[in-house]
Amino acid sequence: MSVIEVTKDNFETEVLKSDKKVLADFNADWCGPCKMLRPIIDELAEEKDNVKIVSINIDNEDELAEKYNVSSIPCLVLFENGEESRRSIGLIPKEEIENIIGE
Amino acid sequence: MYDIIIVGAGPAGLTAAIYARRAQKSVLVLEAKSYGGQIINTLDIENYPVEEHISGFDFATKLYKQTKALGAEIVFEKVVDINDLGNTKEVVTTKNKYSCKAVIIATGSEDRKLGLSNEDELVGKGISYCATCDGAFYKGKTVAVVGGGNTALEDALYLSDIASKVYLIHRRDEFRAEETTVEQLKKKENVEFIYNSTVTKLNASERLESIEVTNKDGSVRTIEVNGLFVAVGRIPENQNFAKLIELDNAGYVKAGEDCKTTCKGIFTAGDNRIKEVRQLVTATGDGAVAATNAVKYINNL
Repeated sequence: MSVIEVTKDNFETEVLKSDKKVLADFNADWCGPCKMLRPIIDELAEEKDNVKIVSINIDNEDELAEKYNVSSIPCLVLFENGEESRRSIGLIPKEEIENIIGE
Repeated sequence: MYDIIIVGAGPAGLTAAIYARRAQKSVLVLEAKSYGGQIINTLDIENYPVEEHISGFDFATKLYKQTKALGAEIVFEKVVDINDLGNTKEVVTTKNKYSCKAVIIATGSEDRKLGLSNEDELVGKGISYCATCDGAFYKGKTVAVVGGGNTALEDALYLSDIASKVYLIHRRDEFRAEETTVEQLKKKENVEFIYNSTVTKLNASERLESIEVTNKDGSVRTIEVNGLFVAVGRIPENQNFAKLIELDNAGYVKAGEDCKTTCKGIFTAGDNRIKEVRQLVTATGDGAVAATNAVKYINNL
């Protein structure tokens, strides 16, 4: 599966009501580390069946960023059953993201 | 068996890979995170010859493509150890072991932290090490920058156009940063300079609310801020190699302009080496020197 772009309109369906756990990548076009993280996220989306990976552009989706208190990007938030379970900030290695996603 | 393994895909490591490939050597670049290194945090590079303006991301991506096009292999694995087996070196990552004839360590550096007790838990809740990433979250708010080098002053300048008020806290009364940047910053009306002072406490409930700033003379001041941008320098990432090569007290690799370490066949390039000027152009310069000397070493084996 590829990374799904999520806005406030489909956030509930794609993230909160997802059957699988969801890794949300909060990012922006002007953020270098976010751009570096994207190919890793794309790879993981192709490789992993146990997680849905979504991208949220904080410039367009400032309401979502504010709701989830995102004030540092790149910011990865793992949602399980509609609840935040883990969070990581900054550019991190693929292995660490795999650890966040878990089995 | 590779001819040369390069640890780190920042400007130094990738330039070394270019030179090594052009000398017809087989090259593996191992990188823990993603290519580009520290420069990806820079919005606009204005001091690299030829390009008047280029973003750190574009610079890194061009360099990465150039390196790949020349036939270097780039693998994203973190190097945890290097073993010196004489004419062969063994490079150990979290996933694999690779053999080669020469190694170039170009691991660069990571952000130095303030060292305050609740600093880690406030990252993303008011504490940031990347103004260009997080500045936009502080539109119309009050922020402080701590540090006195180029990064700190560029951060303050960038933030002064976004935030309503910027405090620049520096432990001395003069800056290490380029004079042009200092002059630009002094013209900004919403920037307040706090000299001879350090941040000694972070006050927070859910988020950072204020910082305690202590002056050399002992006076203490509490400043309400929404965000604190930390730019107090970098720490070289050489810890994993300390048993193999000599480091100085600050952790930098003891190597001169020839980029040779104290271990035969192990070279270094970029910010993790002892040097005066840590800039993009000196990092790429190191890459060329380290690769050239590594090639010479291999040819004489």
